[in-house]
Amino acid sequence: MSSLKKSPWIIHYDATSCNGCDIEVIACLTPMYDVERFGIVNTGNPKHADIFLITGSVNERNSRVVRNIYEQMPDPKVVVAVGICATSGCVFRDCYNVLGGVDKVIPVDVYVPGCAARPESIIDGIVRSLTVLEEKYRAQKKNKKNRNGRSGVITDG
Amino acid sequence: MNYYMEIIKSNPQMLTALHVAVYVVLAPLAGGLLAGLDRKISARLQGRVGPPVVQPFYDVFKLMKKETLRVNRYQNFYIFLFLVFMIFTGSLIFTGADMLLMIFALTLSGIFLVLAAFSVDSPFSHTGAEREIIQMMSCDPMLILVPVGMYLVTGSFRVSEIAMFERPLIMFLPGVFTGYVFILTMKFRKSPFDLSMAHHAAHQEIVKGLTTEFSGKALAAIEVAHWYENVLLLAIVYLFFARIPVLAAAMVLFVFLLEIFIDNINARFRWELAFSSTWIFTLVTGGANIIILYYAYSI
Repeated sequence: MSSLKKSPWIIHYDATSCNGCDIEVIACLTPMYDVERFGIVNTGNPKHADIFLITGSVNERNSRVVRNIYEQMPDPKVVVAVGICATSGCVFRDCYNVLGGVDKVIPVDVYVPGCAARPESIIDGIVRSLTVLEEKYRAQKKNKKNRNGRSGVITDG
Repeated sequence: MNYYMEIIKSNPQMLTALHVAVYVVLAPLAGGLLAGLDRKISARLQGRVGPPVVQPFYDVFKLMKKETLRVNRYQNFYIFLFLVFMIFTGSLIFTGADMLLMIFALTLSGIFLVLAAFSVDSPFSHTGAEREIIQMMSCDPMLILVPVGMYLVTGSFRVSEIAMFERPLIMFLPGVFTGYVFILTMKFRKSPFDLSMAHHAAHQEIVKGLTTEFSGKALAAIEVAHWYENVLLLAIVYLFFARIPVLAAAMVLFVFLLEIFIDNINARFRWELAFSSTWIFTLVTGGANIIILYYAYSI
C-alpha cells in the first residue's frame, strides 16, 4: 500500500448542512472512532488536503466557495459527499436557492448517503475514496510521462 | 575497512565530514520516529488508539507525491533556505563547533521561515508569521542564556569542549536547564496551540498559520526541517548531562516525554500567556542561575 493511502488529510466544508452530518464528521475524531489511527487528519486548509469532505445541499451562494476550495487543493485530490443532502439535495432539492447535491458544482468520487450519515459510513466512504486517490495519482503520473515523452517539456510539480 | 577507518581517523576534516554525513542521514530518521512517538503517546493520553509510529514518514512521502502549488516565485526558495540552515545548525552542534554560531544560525533559519510566510498574501500566513516572531522573542533570550551559562562553567563556547567538561553541567546550571525545558514546549511547536503552526488537528484558529500557502514538497521540507530542529534541541538537552552518556540519553527521552505530557495537560495554553510568562520564567530561572554563577566564580 502506498503512502498516499496511509496519510489522507481532509478538509471539511459545510455547504448549507443542518449540522447533523457535521457533528457526525467531528464524532469521527473522538476517542470512540479515532480516525487518526488511519493517519486521517482534519487539516482545515485546502492546500494541505487530499480529500474534500463536503456536507449539505449546496446553494447559489456557497457554490462559489465550494468551487474555490476544490480548485485550491493540490492534485491528486478526491471529493466525498457526506449525507443525503450532499448526495442529491434530499427534501431541499426543489428549493429555489438549492442546487441539489455537490456534483452539480464539482466532480464527486464517493457518495455517503444517510441522514445524518453515521460515523462508520463516513469512515468507510473516506477509506473507499483512497482507492480513487491512488488511481488518480497513477493516471496523473502516466499522463505526465506521455506528455513529457511527446513534447520533451518538463512540467513543474 | 580498517584501512579506511585509519584514513578517516588520521584526517580531522574527513572525520568532521563523516559526522555531518551521519547527522544528515540519521537526524530525520530519529526526528520522524520521535514525532510518531509523540502522536502515539498523545493519542493514548487522550484515550485514543493513535496512528502508527511511522505515520510522519507516510505523511512526508505522501506530500512528495502531491502537486506543489505556489503563489509566487520566492516562497519555496525561502523554505529551501530554512531547511539548509537548519541542517547547517545541526551540523555545527554534532561536529562540536561553536555554540554561539549555532544559536545564530538557528535564528537565521527561523527568519527564513518567517520570510517565506510573509512572502505570500494569505492573512492566515501573515498572522502565523507574526506569532512565529512572538515565539522567537519569547524563547530566544532563554536560548541565548544556555551557551552563556555553559561558557561561565566551562570557559568555552565550543560544543566539543563543553561536552568534555569533567562534571555534568546540570550541577552548575539547574536554573538554566529548567528555563530551557520550559521554552522547549514552544520550540517543539507543541503547546500554545494557536502559536504559529501547532500540531493540534482540531484547532484551526489561524487555519495552518505559517504553512497555509505551502503544499507538496515545500510542506514536506518544512516538516523535515522541523525534525532536524527537534533533534538539535534535544542534543542541547544532552549537553547538560554529556559527562554521563547513559544518563544524558535517558534525560533526553525523559524531557521529550515530559514535553508531551505538559502539552496534553495544557490544552488551552494561549500565545498571550506564553509571551508574558516566558520572559519572567527566563529571568527567574536562567537569569538568577547566571548571576549566582557569576558571583560564585568572581569570589
